Amino acid sequence: MIPDHLTILIVIIPLLGAYTTLLAGWVKRRFCFPIAMVTICIQFCISLALLYQVMKTGPLHYNLGNWLPPWGIEYVIDPLNGFVLVVLLFLSLLCCMYSKRSIVAEIEEKKIVGFYTVFLLLVAGVCGIAVTGDLFNLYVFLEISSLAAYALVASGREKKALFASFNYLIMGSVSACFILIGIGHLYIATGTLNMADLARLLPPLYGSPLIQSAFIFFIVGLSIKTALFPLHLWLPDAYSYAPSAVSALIATVMSKMGVYALIRILFTVFTPAFIIMEIPIMELFCWIAAIAIIVGSVLAITQTDLKMMLAYSSISQMGYILLGIGIANSVAMTGGILHILNHAVMKGCLFMVAGAIIYATGLRTIDDLKGISRTMPLTAAAFFIAAASMIGIPPTVGFMSKWFIALGALESGQWFFVVIILASSLLTAIYFWRVFEYMYFREPDMARQAAVAGANDPPASMLVPILILAAACILCGIFVAVPLEVIEPSVTRLLGGN
Amino acid sequence: MEVTSFVPALAVAIPAIASILILVFRHHECIREGWTVIASFATLATVLSLLPSVLSGNEPGFTLLEILPGLSISFRADAFALIFALTSSSLWVMNSFYSIGYMRAHKEHGLTRYFFCFAVAISAALGIAFSADLLTMFIFYEILTLSTYPLVVHAETEDARRAGRKYIAYLLTAGIFFLFSVLVTYFLTRGTAFLPGGILTGHGSEALLTLLFITFLIGFAKAAWMPLHSWLPTAMIAPTPVSALLHAVAVVKAGVFGIARVAFYIFGIDLLSVLRLGLLLGIIASFTIIVASMMALTQDNLKKRLAYSTISQLSYILLGIALLTPSGIIAALIHIPFHAFMKITLFFAAGSVIIMTGIENISEMKGIGRQMPLTMLMFAIGAIGICGLPPVCGIITKWYLALGAIEAHQMLFLLVIISSSILNVLYFMPIIYTAFFEKPAEDRGIREAPLFMLVPLCITGIGSVLLFFFPDWPFMSLVKIAVGVITGEVIP
Repeated sequence: MIPDHLTILIVIIPLLGAYTTLLAGWVKRRFCFPIAMVTICIQFCISLALLYQVMKTGPLHYNLGNWLPPWGIEYVIDPLNGFVLVVLLFLSLLCCMYSKRSIVAEIEEKKIVGFYTVFLLLVAGVCGIAVTGDLFNLYVFLEISSLAAYALVASGREKKALFASFNYLIMGSVSACFILIGIGHLYIATGTLNMADLARLLPPLYGSPLIQSAFIFFIVGLSIKTALFPLHLWLPDAYSYAPSAVSALIATVMSKMGVYALIRILFTVFTPAFIIMEIPIMELFCWIAAIAIIVGSVLAITQTDLKMMLAYSSISQMGYILLGIGIANSVAMTGGILHILNHAVMKGCLFMVAGAIIYATGLRTIDDLKGISRTMPLTAAAFFIAAASMIGIPPTVGFMSKWFIALGALESGQWFFVVIILASSLLTAIYFWRVFEYMYFREPDMARQAAVAGANDPPASMLVPILILAAACILCGIFVAVPLEVIEPSVTRLLGGN
Repeated sequence: MEVTSFVPALAVAIPAIASILILVFRHHECIREGWTVIASFATLATVLSLLPSVLSGNEPGFTLLEILPGLSISFRADAFALIFALTSSSLWVMNSFYSIGYMRAHKEHGLTRYFFCFAVAISAALGIAFSADLLTMFIFYEILTLSTYPLVVHAETEDARRAGRKYIAYLLTAGIFFLFSVLVTYFLTRGTAFLPGGILTGHGSEALLTLLFITFLIGFAKAAWMPLHSWLPTAMIAPTPVSALLHAVAVVKAGVFGIARVAFYIFGIDLLSVLRLGLLLGIIASFTIIVASMMALTQDNLKKRLAYSTISQLSYILLGIALLTPSGIIAALIHIPFHAFMKITLFFAAGSVIIMTGIENISEMKGIGRQMPLTMLMFAIGAIGICGLPPVCGIITKWYLALGAIEAHQMLFLLVIISSSILNVLYFMPIIYTAFFEKPAEDRGIREAPLFMLVPLCITGIGSVLLFFFPDWPFMSLVKIAVGVITGEVIP
């Protein structure tokens, strides 16, 4: 009985959790964290069960309220979203654990109840996006998670965060409008909102300007959500001024959700036949992604603030994912989807390290990190591992995704993109190496000596997630066959095989 | 014959495990350094245990994991690998003692980091030696780059950091070219395993293969061929034991070893000669040999002069590869251990002088040979060896190299070999003259270095002489097996 309903439970549980948190927080504030933690933990277990089920028996279909699709809302879990769910909930779990101590200094105490409530709403929204097979439902969840994200960004004491959040809100709302108009167009043309149904009904209409303009609306809207260059302007401020736990959460979970939605729209709703044959949009995608990769890295090099640098680096890394998807052969797609996992793990670790340093010393400019490795050895070591993975040094996991994307580019004869990927590894090395050198091989400045010397590795609830992610950078690289087992069937499905 | 055996991976694992133990015992100086010594002996013993099997023609190895079909992490100890592995591991033993003596005498800071990185670097060097495919080699190649960076910036001065940036910029960029080459190789052949005779024959156009060879060469910038050499003299800012073992043996030999692996086991002799790539490599090597020797002449800093000498000597190995004849390849492979023994002796001697007197410039070394006779005698042995004079092992290389040039009908290369010998004499003899025959300015009560440093120095120095008399044990035997496998001919 219950197992049949796991698909919906993964969305219901965090919604219930959010209300429970709110009520419990009314009684006592310290109840909030455990409830949030338990909720996400249960979800994570469910996501594992779902992935196991999907890999064993094939895609799961769940009809909400027993209304048959295409009239009712259908939830579908295939290998791709099973995989995405596991990754996202794993990251959410670690971020939640990390937030316990990290928000103490960053968020006013009375806001903690709200913080965890919104945190769970965000997770609910993200899970909803992942499981839904209905286009309008996707939009609803996208908005739930986005609104939660705007609130979380603004939750800190940092004054600039308010402005960043407002900026994010404006851009996010513009993006939501585009997506909604896209959905409207498709509904007018076909009369259905079910993704599978759309994929069936759309092919005869591929020539129609209505469909093509809907497609463009989707692309632009989702490009804003994923901060695809040059629509990334909201991202750096939002990532760097948000409280550290939130930075880690939105940089990993939220950004990946946008990519996931993009993949769904491109490949499941519109199918490769349309995006490759009808409108040669993928070529354009590759070029934009290539520009994003280079520009993001170059901008990251020029930053003086650690979190800001990581934010620009995200723009470049999202470029990798989109390049993998844009090349659109199975090898490159494998790399692109693998990079969803990789980037979540690496960037999560890096943002958490940045937060831990702020927590321990209050320092956030790169110049101030001199000599920090002596007093925060484990944190610095984790940073080094994650940075090595970002550069793509084997045997870390970052190497594997670059390998696949570059190999895919070679297979499709696009040598230029291979050069881009490799060149950007160097750029990445430049901006991380500077931090690394400062952390390990310099004496702190006089003014910062007290702060650096008095620092310590953060408390266990912050350190453990950091170390888990750092270890994951290496383990997933060595045992890359494990995620590939899930990714390969999902790529086959996306590219039209069965 | 291939045999499944975990021993090659064990040799890689021992220094890696030791590096962790070094971190764990960071507060106990003696235990920490004890682990370095124990690990170096254990590694040597492990490598030696492979010797009988390899000498009888076996190739023990295994696949750790297969990431994709044709893309795996695997280890194999063939005769070719063992030449490099045995060189690195035996000299690590010497260097461990020397390091302890040197770093303590110098009252250096950050010793835990030093010994940790050193052990990781050796593990990576052995990994490169025993890797059975390009991907494994690439992984260890990058680890070697990363682990040696902290050793270069050890002093933590602005100069050291600048040197470190240059070092990492050169080697990481090279790593990118290496990765590109691995990718293209995999793309063309769906495999990356090293096979005698190569795997690329019949794949790709001539232009692509030529490009691939060039990107491989750039990837192996660790071989310090000109004009990609300038990281090496810069890296001399590192403590002398690092210059001695890593920047005269492990790192740079990893570069030439990699080029040899790729030339013979990815491209294959036939393909190289069809594409005339041997000639290309030969020209690069000749240019490097001559120019580096001339630049060595202009250096007053002893370590820098030795570094330029290393650059030129490494290109002997490249020239031997480029000749593509059995004698040439013998010269190339045998020069890996021989040059290592001679050059480490020179660096050990230079380090002893630095520790005992603080002098780094040759012009200030007047009469140092009278005050440190044993040290400078060993230095003289090393120098004679590099010049290619008996009774030191260097002459064996020159002999085979000259023979190879004649076999290949490349008289120009013969000329290069002869003129470089003259240059070698020109840049080493003034040092020996200054040390022994010029009068010291004043008597400063200089003594020989402590035994921790002196004994390893004497062992490597005497070793270089012994290798002249007994080249067969074990290096030449290994080289002959390896060349037999590469060329398909039986080498007497």
